[in-house]
Amino acid sequence: MDYTFQFGSVWAAMPRLIEGAKLTITLSVATIGIGLLIGILCALARTSHRAWLRRPAAVYVEAIRNTPFLIQLFMIYFGLPSLGVRLEPVQAALVGMSINCGAYATEIVRAGIDAVPRGQLEAARAMGFPVPSIVRHVILFPALRAVFPALASQFILVMLGSAVVSTVSVEELTGVAHLIETENFRPFEVYLVVTAMYLAIAFTFKVVFAAVDRFYFQARGRA
Amino acid sequence: MIREFGTVEFLYLLGAMRWTLGLSIVAFVGGGIVGLLIALLRVSPWAPFRWLATAYIQLFQATPLLMLLFLVFFGLALVGLSQDAFSSVTIALTCYASAYFGEIWRGSIQAVPQTQWQGSAALGFSYLEQMRHVVLPQSVRIATPPTVGFMVQLVKNTSLASIIGFHELTHAAQYVNNVTLKPILVYGIVGAMYFAVCFPLYLLSRRLEEKFNADR
Amino acid sequence: MPIVEIAALTKRFGNTMVLNGVDLDVSEGEVVAIIGRSGSGKSTLLRCINGLETIDGGRASVLGIPVQPGRLREVRRSVGMIFQSFNLFPHLTALENVALPQMVINRTPKDAARANAARLLDRVQLSARADAYPSKLSGGQQQRVAIARALALEPRVLLCDEITSALDPEMVGEVLDVVAELARGGMTMMLVTHEMGFARQAADRVLFMHEGRISEQGTAAELLDAPRTAPLQQFVQSIRHKG
Repeated sequence: MDYTFQFGSVWAAMPRLIEGAKLTITLSVATIGIGLLIGILCALARTSHRAWLRRPAAVYVEAIRNTPFLIQLFMIYFGLPSLGVRLEPVQAALVGMSINCGAYATEIVRAGIDAVPRGQLEAARAMGFPVPSIVRHVILFPALRAVFPALASQFILVMLGSAVVSTVSVEELTGVAHLIETENFRPFEVYLVVTAMYLAIAFTFKVVFAAVDRFYFQARGRA
Repeated sequence: MIREFGTVEFLYLLGAMRWTLGLSIVAFVGGGIVGLLIALLRVSPWAPFRWLATAYIQLFQATPLLMLLFLVFFGLALVGLSQDAFSSVTIALTCYASAYFGEIWRGSIQAVPQTQWQGSAALGFSYLEQMRHVVLPQSVRIATPPTVGFMVQLVKNTSLASIIGFHELTHAAQYVNNVTLKPILVYGIVGAMYFAVCFPLYLLSRRLEEKFNADR
Repeated sequence: MPIVEIAALTKRFGNTMVLNGVDLDVSEGEVVAIIGRSGSGKSTLLRCINGLETIDGGRASVLGIPVQPGRLREVRRSVGMIFQSFNLFPHLTALENVALPQMVINRTPKDAARANAARLLDRVQLSARADAYPSKLSGGQQQRVAIARALALEPRVLLCDEITSALDPEMVGEVLDVVAELARGGMTMMLVTHEMGFARQAADRVLFMHEGRISEQGTAAELLDAPRTAPLQQFVQSIRHKG
C-alpha cells in the first residue's frame, strides 16, 4: 500500500465536525421525542377495538417498515414541493426521521401493551376507570418499562441512520464530513474519524438509556 | 427535456430492480457465511474467540452503514484496488449483515436446550461433532424467522448503494425523477416496488415464527 | 328491595352454555357463598354482575340499575370486585394503589385520597407496608391491599372471585379474617369460594352451582351436612376426601 495517512487536515476541521455532530444529536433527540409520541398513539390505535383507528395505523406502519428510508426522505424533500409544501433540508430530515422512527416505535410499544397482564386491565374496568385513565395509569408505564431496552436499541439505530439525511444537503456529521473531504481530498481519513465520532455518540446514548432504565423505570417495583 | 412517465421508464426501473435483488442476495450469502463464523466464535468455549466476535458485532452494530460504505469505497483505492461501487457495496453489506447474522444465530444456538449438549456429550461427541450434528441443525429452525426478517433490512439497505453511484433501484429512481420531474409518482412507484419485495418477506417471517411457536 | 336481582340469566361461550338460567336475589347485608365444581359457572356469574362478561339472555340489576352496555359505569360505582390473582398495579406502591381509584373515579384530591388510603390500609393491618411495591409483598398482603383498594370506592356490594385460591395455606386466614370483619360490618357480599369452613362461619346463604344453574341453596349446614341432590352429594364427598 503506497499511501501516507494524513490526519492533520481532519483535526484542523474538528470544530466544523463537532458542529455537525451537534446537529446529528439534536436531530436524533428531537426524532426520538416525536417518534415515541407517534409510536404510543399508533400502538394504542393498533390495539383498539375500532377498525377506523386500527387500519390506518397498520397501513402507516407497514408502508414505512417495508420501504427504504432514503425513498421516504426523497418523497418528502422532493415530492412535497409539487404539492406546495417546500421544506428546508433540516425540516425535511426531521419529518422523515420522525415518521420513520414512529413506525418502528409503534411495533415495539405495541408489544409492551400486549405484555400488560389482562387481570390489571380487568381490575381497572371493574372499578369503573374510563378508558383514557386506564391507558394513562395502568398501561403506559408498565408497557414502556417492558420494552424500554428494545426502544433504546431502536433509538440508537435512528441516530446512526441520520447519516443518510446528508443526501438532502443537511449539514449533520456526515454532511460536514462530505464537505471536508471534497476540500482536503482525504476521504478515508475523514470518514474514519467520523466513524469514531459516531461510535462515541452511540456509546453515550447507550449509557444514557441504561441510566434512564435503571433510575426511572426499574425504580418502581418489578413487573 | 422533460419526458412523460411511461412504460419505458417503468421498465427501466424494473431493470434496475434486478440489481437491488442481486445485491441483496450476494449480501445475504456473503453475510451468511461470515455471520455463521462469527456466531460460532461468539458461542465458542474459548474466551478470546468470544471477545473477538463480540467486538466485531458491537463495532458493526454501532456504526452507520453509510460510513461503512464510504470507508470501504475510499479504502479500496488505498489498497490499490479500483474504486468500484459494486465491490464496495458488496463488502460493506457483507460485513454489516455478518454482524447481525452473528448476533441472531448466536441467539438461536443458545436457544437449543442444554439437554441436547449433555445428551450428545454423554454419547462421546466432540465439540465440533456436537455443533455439526446436534446443535446447529436444531438451531436452524429457531433461526429461520428472524433471518428471513433481516432479509427485509438488507433489501432496504441496498438503497444506500445509490449514494456512491451504484445503479440499483433508488439510483434509477433519482434518474427517472430528474428526467420526468414527477417525484411523487416516481418515488411512489419505487416505494411500491420495494414494498412488493419486502412485505411478502415480512409476512413469511411472521408465519414461520407462528409455526415455530405452535410446534414447541 | 334486593340489592342484586338476577332473573333467567344465560351466558354462552362459543357452543357451551355456561350459565343456563340463573335466578337470584341478594338482600342488603347478606353474605352469599357460591360453591361448585370448576366449569359450573360460578366465576362467570360474578363477572356478569359487574359487566366484565356480557349477558346473553335474562336480566341482572344492581340497586335497580340494569347491567347493560351504557350503564356499566353506574353499576361499577356500587360494585367492588376482588380477584384470585390480586391484580394490583405493579408500578405503584400499596398506598398509591389504594389512592389512585379515588382520584380517578371520585375525583378526590390527592392528599385526601392518600389519607383515606392510609386509613384503609390500617384497617387491613398493612400500615407498615404502605410504601412497598406489590412485588415486595406476600400473596396474603397483596390480597389485603386489593381489598382495601376495592373498599376505597365505598361499594355497596363486594364480589369476591376465589380470593384465597392462589394463596399459600398459611396466608388464607389473614385474608378471610378481613372478609369476616367486613361481613360483620354489614357489607353485602357474594363470594365464590372453596373454603367450606369460612362458608359455615360467615355465609348467610350458600348456593351450589351445577351445569350453569343454582342447583341447591340454603344454609351452609343444610348444604354441606344434608345435601339433597346427587350432584351436591358427590361434590361434598369429593371435598371431604381432600383436606
